[in-house]
Order: sequence, then C-alpha cells, then structure tokens
Amino acid sequence: MIKTAKKAGRKAGAPLLLIAPSLILVGIFVYGLIGANFKTSLSDVHTAGQATGQAPAGTVWLDNYFDLLGSEAFQHSLKNLFLYTGVFLGGTMLMGFLWAWLLERPMKGEGIFRSVYLFPMAVSFVASGVVWRWLLNSNQDQSATGLNRLFQMIGLDFLQNNWWNNVDYGITAIAIPAIWQLSGYVMALFLAGFRGIPDELREAARVDGATTWQLYRHVLFPQLSPIALSALIIIGHMSLKSFDLIMSISKPANYQTKVPAVDMYVFKSSFDYANAAAVGSILLVLVALVVVPYLVRTNRKEK
Amino acid sequence: MTALPTEAVPASRPTGAPSGPAHARPRRTGGFPVARTLRYAALLLFLLIVLIPVYVLLVTSFKGPGDASPARAWSLPTEWTLDNWDTAWTTLSPAIWRTLQMVIPSALIAALLGSVNGFVLSRWSFRGANLVFTLILFGMFIPYQAVIIPLNELVLDLELPSGVPTLILLHVVFGIPITTLIFRNYYQTVPHELVEAARIDGAGMLRTYWSVILPISVPSFVVVLIWQFTSAWNDFLFAVFFSSSQNGPVTLALNNLANGALLQNYGVSMAGALFASLPTLVVYIILGKYFIGGLMSGSVKS
Repeated sequence: MIKTAKKAGRKAGAPLLLIAPSLILVGIFVYGLIGANFKTSLSDVHTAGQATGQAPAGTVWLDNYFDLLGSEAFQHSLKNLFLYTGVFLGGTMLMGFLWAWLLERPMKGEGIFRSVYLFPMAVSFVASGVVWRWLLNSNQDQSATGLNRLFQMIGLDFLQNNWWNNVDYGITAIAIPAIWQLSGYVMALFLAGFRGIPDELREAARVDGATTWQLYRHVLFPQLSPIALSALIIIGHMSLKSFDLIMSISKPANYQTKVPAVDMYVFKSSFDYANAAAVGSILLVLVALVVVPYLVRTNRKEK
Repeated sequence: MTALPTEAVPASRPTGAPSGPAHARPRRTGGFPVARTLRYAALLLFLLIVLIPVYVLLVTSFKGPGDASPARAWSLPTEWTLDNWDTAWTTLSPAIWRTLQMVIPSALIAALLGSVNGFVLSRWSFRGANLVFTLILFGMFIPYQAVIIPLNELVLDLELPSGVPTLILLHVVFGIPITTLIFRNYYQTVPHELVEAARIDGAGMLRTYWSVILPISVPSFVVVLIWQFTSAWNDFLFAVFFSSSQNGPVTLALNNLANGALLQNYGVSMAGALFASLPTLVVYIILGKYFIGGLMSGSVKS
C-alpha cells in the first residue's frame, strides 16, 4: 500500500520512535533534573550528612530563596552579575559592530583581520584566563606588571588601577577579557548581516538622494536589527552563566568578583546542596526571562 | 565555549559555504584613498590590541627565572629557554590524552543523534514537531548550574566512573540541542522534492534517511563535529564538577597548574595555556570556514 506523503507525514509513531533516545535523554537530563533541583532548593539540606542521606532533611519551602535574596553577600553577587553583563554586552556589541562596519566593504587583507579578530573564540576561558590574570595584575608603579606596566611604558600612568581587586566594580575588569573573546563573534554576526542586505536596497536609497546617515538610519539599521537582537540574546545568556573566566582569573574565594555561578560552586563544595540548588534555580529564571520569549517568537514566526 | 542560538535558518548551505562567500556579492568600491587609509589604520590598531595576549603568552612561556623582574615584564627573554614548555608538557600531557578520549566519542555520538533528530524534525515531521524542537532547543540555553546538584546524584546512581565516561555522557546529552539545531537548519535547505521522490519510490523513513539524506550531510557533519570538539575541549564547568585532577580533562589540569601552586610560575602556566589551546586553534586555522558555520548556526537570516 502506498501512502500519500501528506498522510505519512501526519503519523507521529515512527518518527517519534526514531528520536526517542534523544527525547528521553533531554527529558530526563534537562526537564527532570530542573524539577529535582527545584525540589532540593526547597529543602534544608545544608550539611554533608544531609547531602549524603545520613542525617534527616526537611522541607522549608521558599525560605532558602528569601534568605539568599535577603543576604548582603548574594545581593553583591547579583549586582556583580548585572554590572558584568552590562559591560560585557555593551563592549561586545560596540566592538563587534565597529569591526563589521570597518570590514564591510571588500578590501585587501580583510580575511586576515577577520580571522585574527575571531580567533579568541576558539580558545577556552581557562586558557585565556591564564594570560588575563597576568595582564590584570593589580600591582602598580615599581612592582607593576601586566597592563599597569604597559600603561607606564606608553606614558599613560594615570590609567594604572586595581583591576578586579576593586570591591565595587572590580567585576567589570573581568568583562574585558570576555569582550576580547567574544567581540569577534558579534562581528561575524554583523558581517553576515551586512552581506545579507541586497545591494539594490543601497542603490535605491542612493538614487533617491539619501545621505550616508539616512542610508544607515532608514535602510541598514532596520535590516540589521534582528541580528543585533540575536547577538544580545546570545551574549546576554552567556554572560548570565559566566563562571570559567571568573574562576580562572580571580578564584572562588574572592568576594570582589563573585557572581551567582561562583556562589553555586562554593555552596556545592561545602555540601550546602539546598542553597546551591536555589542559586541554580535563580540563574535558570534569569536566563529563561531572556531566552523563552525569544524561542517562542522564533517558533511562531516559523509557522 | 557555550551554546549558540537559533533563528530557524540554514546554518550552512548545501554547498558547504557557511558565511556569505565573498564572490557572491558584487564588488563595491573601497572608498576614497583617505578613508581607506584611515580604515586600514583602525583595523591594524585593533589587530595589535587583540594580539597583545598572544605576545604575552609566547614571550613569557620562553622566559627563565632571570627575567622575573617586573621591569622586564614586557621585554623579550634575555635567554630563550624551553624549560617551561618541558614542565608544562610533562604536567598536562596525561590530561590532554584523556581529553581526546573524551572529546572524540562525545562529538561523534552527539552528531549522529543530532542528524537523526534534524532529519525527523525538518523532513519527516509530524504534528507538534515544532514544539518538540523548541523544547529540545531550550536545553542548550539553560545554565547547567540549575541541574548540577541532582545530576551529581544521578551520575552516582548510574555508577558511572567519574572522569572521562561521565563527561562523555554529559557532553552527548547537553550537545543534543545544538547538533539537532544545526542539522535541522541544514536539512531545511534540502528540497522537499528529493524526500518526496524517495517516498513515492516506496522508501520508508529509515531508507530515506540512509540513502537520500545522509550522503548529502557531510558539510554539516563537519560543522557539528568541529563545534562539539571545540566546546567539549574547552569545557570547564562539567570538568570541575564531575572529574578530578587525576581523571579530568586539560582545562581542569591547566587551571590547577595555573592556580594551584603556592608560588605562581607564569612561564609554565602560559606554556600550558598554549598547549591546551593548540588543538582547537589548529582546527580553527585549518577548518575556519566550518568553524564559523557552527558559530553562525542559524542566528542569521540571509
């Protein structure tokens, strides 16, 4: 019996069976574990004994969340996270757009510039953390190394600073390597965007007598805005999850630069599973606020 | 590095040319000479700034104890030595070997699963396939911090040995969303007629996948394998939670090398950072086009 294509397409049995392994794995490891994590976050498992099941554990509902959000230490982490994300986003968008704009017209050697701007993307945060830890050394004047020494050498002594050792905004120093690492990626996105704009559009604007600014304002920027949004979402959600870079530059013990992901690691290491789980859930909510609307919108657009 | 999204558009075209090839667009003029010079100057300046860390890594890795003075921080080595490289290699090589054992199987398995999923969700789809796809995709954005506590228990319950076996499982599972995304976007560029023709010839789902889809999937397999290779190689989060310095990958070993010792030896840690980055950099240099294809994985409408 020959089924028509459409009918066959509607039957979910066989195709579902084929992707069942993935569905089960994602179902358990993503959704199941998110649920289990939330359950742990409602418990009072704060000690090694409870974590290993040797001591009794109870349920305290949302108390862990209230305690965390009310504590000065965790508020500091959240403040750091938002500061970091702001600088990281601003920096990558600015540099990424600037580089794409500079490279947008065909020119000799463009491939070399593109490859060099993008290469940090291929390196792990841990490896780049090694060199940035050296560059962001807080020693100054006689004992200065790193960027502080470089500033002295080029006569910009006044730029010497504490970098990530500053309690209030030290975290923004760690955003510098993050910008170094991801601006090339934003550039690649914008470049693809620029190249997706049909030349007829520019021509039409020029024929209509548009100035360069008008061309950007009314033709190019609107065409690029979906890409800018993608870039914001990608970098934004990466930033909220930042962990590797901060760990390799300043270690978890540093109050100055701690963020929720670092808190989670510290709680986990001391068997305070309830608080570790609660921090995880808070991060999940933050990321979901950014990502879910985007996914829903994308899904809808496709239909 | 972490995952990337998502608009449903081709990651790479069937031709295997992922990011708008230069010859496809008409050449526009390079601008007036003055403007062009300024542009080159700006580009060159940024190039130098981006390369500063590379200079530091290379130069420091060849320095001996004689160059320890802060005043010599930015100078070339007085005496070039390979001692740091030697020490770093001795310390890191077991971990590099373990990382290879972890990265290769996890990339292959995740790519196969992603290919099957991508095919079903784009060219043999069913009612609700879009919702299923979105639910899978969400897995790529979640902060893993939100699953690690119960994941730890699950891994213990499964009695998986810590280190490489556990990490393979995790990289496969959490790689499924992105590999599915890349393949699905790619297969959406395959003409419907190709699949329909196979169906009319009486080919079933598996046969269509095997003889029509799989043979044309090579470019996206390259993109996906590179992507998985790079992100598993560079992963630190799973490594730090699910392995130890005795059985963990190179990122963990490097982190211990750089931060563990009482006296910080930057020469050794920088040589180590270069060793640890070499495989992904080589892939980037040789297969850059495909690397970018993975990065773009659909975030751009063209």
